[in-house]
Amino acid sequence: MNLSDALEIATASDMGQVRSNNEDAVLANAHAGFVVLADGMGGYNAGEVASGMATALLGVELEKKFVDSPPQERTGRGECFAETVLRNEIVNTNRAIYNASQEKVQYAGMGTTLVVAIYHDNKVTVAHIGDSRLYRLRGDEFSQVTRDHSLLQEQIDNGIISTEEARYSQNKNLVTRALGVDAAVEPEIHTYDVRPGDVYLLCSDGLNDMVDDEEIGATLRMLGANLALCATQLVQLANDNGGRDNVSVILVKIKQPFPAQRSWLRKLLDWFEKK
Amino acid sequence: MAKLILSMDGLTLKEIPLTKERTTIGRKPHNDIQIDNLAISGEHAVIVTILNDSFLEDLDSTNGTFVNGQQVKKHFLQNSDVVELGKYRLKYVNETPQQGSAADFEKTMVLRPDMLKKAAEHVESKPAGDAAIRTSAAEAPPPTPRPAPIAPAQESVLPLASIQVLTGGNAGRELALTKSLTTLGKPGVQVAVIARRPVGYFITHVEGAQFPIVNGVTLDAQAHPLKDHDVIELAGVKMEFFIKS
Repeated sequence: MNLSDALEIATASDMGQVRSNNEDAVLANAHAGFVVLADGMGGYNAGEVASGMATALLGVELEKKFVDSPPQERTGRGECFAETVLRNEIVNTNRAIYNASQEKVQYAGMGTTLVVAIYHDNKVTVAHIGDSRLYRLRGDEFSQVTRDHSLLQEQIDNGIISTEEARYSQNKNLVTRALGVDAAVEPEIHTYDVRPGDVYLLCSDGLNDMVDDEEIGATLRMLGANLALCATQLVQLANDNGGRDNVSVILVKIKQPFPAQRSWLRKLLDWFEKK
Repeated sequence: MAKLILSMDGLTLKEIPLTKERTTIGRKPHNDIQIDNLAISGEHAVIVTILNDSFLEDLDSTNGTFVNGQQVKKHFLQNSDVVELGKYRLKYVNETPQQGSAADFEKTMVLRPDMLKKAAEHVESKPAGDAAIRTSAAEAPPPTPRPAPIAPAQESVLPLASIQVLTGGNAGRELALTKSLTTLGKPGVQVAVIARRPVGYFITHVEGAQFPIVNGVTLDAQAHPLKDHDVIELAGVKMEFFIKS
């Protein structure tokens, strides 16, 4: 199913004002209906290698899976097809990055955060690892959908530190999960309903560390009509505030509903399930 | 590495590096920082250090623990906070490069599970229990105001500016450009945005078939810098941009 009529997508990625290279990577595929953002880490250019591998590998594999077979078909385990495919492809990608880091000494210890959103059948399946985020603007309500896998988030969850105090923490840059640093990885995957008019923002921490959520939300509300401008504006805000890290954003606007075309067999099975 | 400087009556007594996860303070000899004075409780307070952050917690001491003159139950220590226990003062010094210096330091790193377990353990071993910590955290005063890390440094340099409507029903109205983004026009018809940036004010077309006109010249899709007394035309309405001195 071609989703390019239902989704409008804009991306922007920038080195920032301090770093000398961009270790973030973004990828958008409106046709197959998915977007990928990765924020690499590791010495020399290894971070770039890790985030580049993550977006390239997932880009190729997800397109294959989603163009060939309809993602709305349910699998036996009560998990939707998109979640199963995403989980498998993330595990494969993790292995590829991990193996590369074991084989080449200059890649040792490389890894990347990841956030992926796949749109299918009026839903979005979101997977994330680390502190790259997905936000949603629905009507006037702007909210963070993913929860960081970071030390700071765990401290907030445990009540050790308040969200207000967290802004002053010196432990901002410690993620508790990353892609490619171990032989195994546990992505967090959830599926949400999508409504026409929704705007989804995927970003690296270079955005939300430099620009507070309120201002990010205000920018989306004001410039949602011009997604490309909105993306460059967000990057500019981060840079104007110091741009201490690479900053990347992907914006996805839902232009119209995209229900799955159901096969006659599926319809029949659904009818039986309802009984 | 963060440290405490113990002093009394302006006299520095000693420096204590915060190397341990829990650094206890009290009158009894088993404390990491022993202060042999009757105003100090046997177990007076504890400092829990998680990597680069340190938290001070009063252990229900008789005379209380004060930070920068305010009594605290639990407090997230910030560089140069002064902890007062009786006549003694402990200055907290944490010169870990904050935002700004060594960019390398801020690079994202993966926290290995074994490191994390250590961090979790001493959280669990806190005597007050999770629920108690939660309430005390809520009661604790917010950290002393400090330049927020995300505040643009140059903001104060940029003069304030306004838009004054010259024609149409709203003629005479003034709109102060205090936010980083201000949109003008009618949604669905024609909208432009003025961005307030450290280097100045810029107008950019957002939506609509018509592009904004500045001083009689139609703009393209690029951001256009605004000068004092520029006249903007948008959806048939003229307005003036001016800098407030």
